[in-house]
Amino acid sequence: MLDRALKGSQKYWGWVIFLLVMMGIGFLVYLYQFKVGLRITGMSRDVSWGLYISQLTYLVGIAAGGVMVVLPCYLHDYKAFARITVLGEGLAIAAVLMCFLFVMVDLGQVTRMFNIILYPHPKSILFWDMIVLNVYLFLNILIGWNVVAAERKGIHYQKWVKVLIYISIPWAFSIHTVTAFLYAGLPGRHFWLTAIMAPRFLASAFCAGPALLLLICLIVRKTTKFDPGLKQMRTLGGIIAYAFVLNIFFFLLEVFTAFYSQIPGHMHSLVYLFAGLDGYGKLVPWMWTFALVSIVALVLLIVPATRRKEDTLMVACIAVLIATWIDKGLGLVIGGFIPDPFDKVFEYWPTTPEILITLGVYATGFFVLTVIFKMAISIKEEVGA
Amino acid sequence: MGVDRRQFLKIAGLSALVGLGGKSAFELLAPGDVEAALPLMEGKRWAMVIDMRHMTEEIMKKCRETCHHVHNVPEFGDPKVEIKWIWEEAFKHAFPDQENEYEADEIKDRNFLLLCNHCSNPPCCRVCPTGATWQRADGIVMMDWHRCIGCRFCMAGCPYGSRSFNWGDPRLAPKSLNPDFPTNPEFPTRSKGVVEKCTFCDERLAKGLFPACVEAANKMEKDVLIFGDLADSDSNVRQALRKHFTIRRKPELGTNPNVYYIV
Repeated sequence: MLDRALKGSQKYWGWVIFLLVMMGIGFLVYLYQFKVGLRITGMSRDVSWGLYISQLTYLVGIAAGGVMVVLPCYLHDYKAFARITVLGEGLAIAAVLMCFLFVMVDLGQVTRMFNIILYPHPKSILFWDMIVLNVYLFLNILIGWNVVAAERKGIHYQKWVKVLIYISIPWAFSIHTVTAFLYAGLPGRHFWLTAIMAPRFLASAFCAGPALLLLICLIVRKTTKFDPGLKQMRTLGGIIAYAFVLNIFFFLLEVFTAFYSQIPGHMHSLVYLFAGLDGYGKLVPWMWTFALVSIVALVLLIVPATRRKEDTLMVACIAVLIATWIDKGLGLVIGGFIPDPFDKVFEYWPTTPEILITLGVYATGFFVLTVIFKMAISIKEEVGA
Repeated sequence: MGVDRRQFLKIAGLSALVGLGGKSAFELLAPGDVEAALPLMEGKRWAMVIDMRHMTEEIMKKCRETCHHVHNVPEFGDPKVEIKWIWEEAFKHAFPDQENEYEADEIKDRNFLLLCNHCSNPPCCRVCPTGATWQRADGIVMMDWHRCIGCRFCMAGCPYGSRSFNWGDPRLAPKSLNPDFPTNPEFPTRSKGVVEKCTFCDERLAKGLFPACVEAANKMEKDVLIFGDLADSDSNVRQALRKHFTIRRKPELGTNPNVYYIV
């Protein structure tokens, strides 16, 4: 089946080569980081996690978001989604792979990575994150491969695949809950020490994942003979609308608790993010971009006319991706480290090598995504789905 | 009681000395006696009491320099990548939750001496995915620099900023600031990509010596750093805590820190 990824138009090959070049650059910069250490990044004694772990957090959400096409299809018998579930599974595979790569590039001693398995410590949430992400990856590979293979042969997939599908649905919720627990259980990090972290993560995942999927659907329709369907895209739009509204609602709950209680520790990170603290405010323009783009997304998603219209829905999806990325892929992790345990501000900003490695990982993820989608969609074209 | 080979040899050696006075190794191995004879090898909950009334900038500087010298902690001259085992910090940064607009003069502009609190309920050990940082039976929060994968979860977990990461190879720290690095050939240098911190000088305790900072400080001012076993109700630290009002850093987080400050 993989051979379908080797046949494509000039545009397809142009895209693949672009990704390969980005991967190559990222890999070379990574070799440099491997040699001299993480000092080439912007991370510091105070902000000890940066862009890499932020992207891990964001992409776990994208991976979990894929379930938003699987769940309606199998739990609510919403048959229209059956033709695009494989896209959700493909997205999950690529996103989880990127998560692994982001953890790997962030480790100080990557060659000792397997110590997590050799000396397992179940008290550590990182141990459980490793388990849930691995299982989720294998579930999606098994399900996706078998569903596509069955489709190619024009038969229904085997019964045991359906069992895996049912397992994969709660599992998607688990991966982002456990990822939230990485942060939400740490004493002394007030910005993260909140019970609503997991629901907030899930809400942001369930709008960001489907938003990316919807954009991919539009690209697929434009570049291939396979049409994911207008009805499907409209339903996705509804899901994105609900999840994004919840996401913003949960965020505002954080703001209320922090500022009505007036407890300094609870307010400081938010003040740093949106207004700057002690004269430092590198993230302030970003966070206000998040606020403005969120308002645009909310309006476009809530008003039925703009949600149903394809071009405005597309803008809304882009806005959702930008907003959720700034919120979770930038502000959440960095903001949690500022101010530091001494109530001092030490700012973080990624360096060029760090950004190139990050882009390299993203290119790898999109390469895998491209191969999976090319394969799945070529088969859909062949069988005339 | 469990005695390993190393401990037995020490006890045997000690008993040879004491034996001149009539006590045999077997008598020494009786519970109770050993603790008295070897106070620094048999602690159950090591703790430190820092007497800030008699602490001076010179003593703190000496503690930092001595510790960083014996443990090969390099100077980077850059707060972004610095490594700190023991260091000075202003009161408002050491105790941010004790903020008071009208602080007493003696506290307001004072530096406090900070180090790993060797918490009884350490979040760093809880979050470590490999057990590279763990709590010993004597309460010391230890680091295994050969097992650490450098995920830095412990740095996010520590509410005291007590942990440092080797962002680069410590041996490549600027030569101008570290002319004779590594300063102590007896102690290992670390590799890049691992986390490190104060270990209450486990290597010195094993030899029956006080931690380097305690030894250095007490040479300058007797009992300014008191190190002992909290599990022993008659120990020096317990006596100090009975006698004086002390504070700890962020006790409300439930980590149960074992470094106390007499203010």
